[in-house]
Amino acid sequence: MNLNTPLTREDVLSLKVGDIVSINGLIVTGRDKIHKFLAHEMPDKKDIPFALEGAIIYHCGPIIRKVDGAYKLIAAGPTTSMRVEMYEADVIKTYGIRGIIGKGGMGEKTLNAMKECGCVYLHTISGAATYLADRIKQVRDVWKKEEFGAPEAMWLIEIEDFPVIVTMDAYGNSLHSDIEKVSLENLRRILQNE
Amino acid sequence: MLKLRDGIVELYKKVATSIPGDVEDALKTAYSNETEQLAKESLNIILQNIKIARTTARPICQDTGFPVFYVRVPKGLSHQLVRDMIIDATRIATDKIPLRPNAVDVITEKNTGDNIGEYFPIIYIEETDEQSLIIDLMLKGGGCENLGQTYKLPAAWSVECQAQSEKDATTLDLRRLAILAERDFDGVRKCVLDAVFKSQGKGCPPYTIGIAIGGAKDQVSFLSKKQLMRRILDIHPNTVIAELESKILNDVNSLGIGTAGLGGKTTAIGVKIAAVHRHPASYFVDISFSCWANRRGRLIW
Repeated sequence: MNLNTPLTREDVLSLKVGDIVSINGLIVTGRDKIHKFLAHEMPDKKDIPFALEGAIIYHCGPIIRKVDGAYKLIAAGPTTSMRVEMYEADVIKTYGIRGIIGKGGMGEKTLNAMKECGCVYLHTISGAATYLADRIKQVRDVWKKEEFGAPEAMWLIEIEDFPVIVTMDAYGNSLHSDIEKVSLENLRRILQNE
Repeated sequence: MLKLRDGIVELYKKVATSIPGDVEDALKTAYSNETEQLAKESLNIILQNIKIARTTARPICQDTGFPVFYVRVPKGLSHQLVRDMIIDATRIATDKIPLRPNAVDVITEKNTGDNIGEYFPIIYIEETDEQSLIIDLMLKGGGCENLGQTYKLPAAWSVECQAQSEKDATTLDLRRLAILAERDFDGVRKCVLDAVFKSQGKGCPPYTIGIAIGGAKDQVSFLSKKQLMRRILDIHPNTVIAELESKILNDVNSLGIGTAGLGGKTTAIGVKIAAVHRHPASYFVDISFSCWANRRGRLIW
């Protein structure tokens, strides 16, 4: 399945846990510092240089290099999403975010916000940083680079055929919590089979 | 001595842009054995990524980690000199390879930009009777570093699923498990299973798991991480410990967490244990994780 950004509510509602999707278009990166900033400072939409309505935030702190005056992403895999669990629900609600790309999944608070607002969590392969960087066609712009440092800045990037798996959908389903439950049952079995 | 510095820069390059052969082999085996679709596809992308990184000489992962050096110097060679070389090489490697700058000042919250900071990189030096200078480097990812745990036995705790959605309210009691860990190897095994269960897919499985039993608090953290430098097929010389390593690996892989935490057969590719003498009052178990990208290498000078 292919999807183009920005995402609409209908796009989001068409996705279910387990779907393998290829994303095209502009997305933004954001990790710990950007999330803390957006959730606490609540900057006005007009003070943010990128339109976040319908946007996808990629939890990624890339390796970036300037080549011939233009930024180029050298390696750009996902970072652990759970670290921003305390901020994500507010960020989704305040800025109209429709998608999160990350790894490892997120918690109940984010899952509920996704259901309420129409947003999905898109898992991509951890550590596959060169493979994924090759699907980033262009770095368009950056925000907060001086203040937060390059890995923690918000980069506006254009992606093509970027592979993701829907692991938390807008219907309250989470593959991560399913796997957690299965592994707890397995743990119970392992410890009782003595 | 400039040659030594350049040698360390090369070591950085090799470790950042390639995966040791034994780890890659273990990942290929995991791919062959896997039957779950999402895990299989994830391992396929991981193996492709390893190939792209090697052929384009780019870092395997954007998180080029916390550099950890284990250095053995021959008698008489200045430790301070070796430290200075490592620091110089780190600065050069960060710019040249490039590495992601990961050293953040906790007072100002500024990233230093060159991977140099207070105790950054981590350098452990010991003097030996050997003739050569041996420098081992591990690039330790932050995601997996966050999953490390220290346990003090005996201990009792309960494990529960964090996700508690409305539809599961009726099965709440089925999602909590009491654990009682005594001061024995079964207690150790329970600690590891607890740590892996809590980690799920957050630290990029299939993991390599380093464990240290005994010792004092600071020793076990050091030793469990150092076990991640052992080769995947390395068998502990003590048969009792070797058996425990194999049993824990088997149990961890029965959890069903799998590659990237999306389910499947391989949650860990290796379990390595260090056991050292303990104080009668203490029984520590420390667990360190490496993500699938277990990046390590050696320079012999």
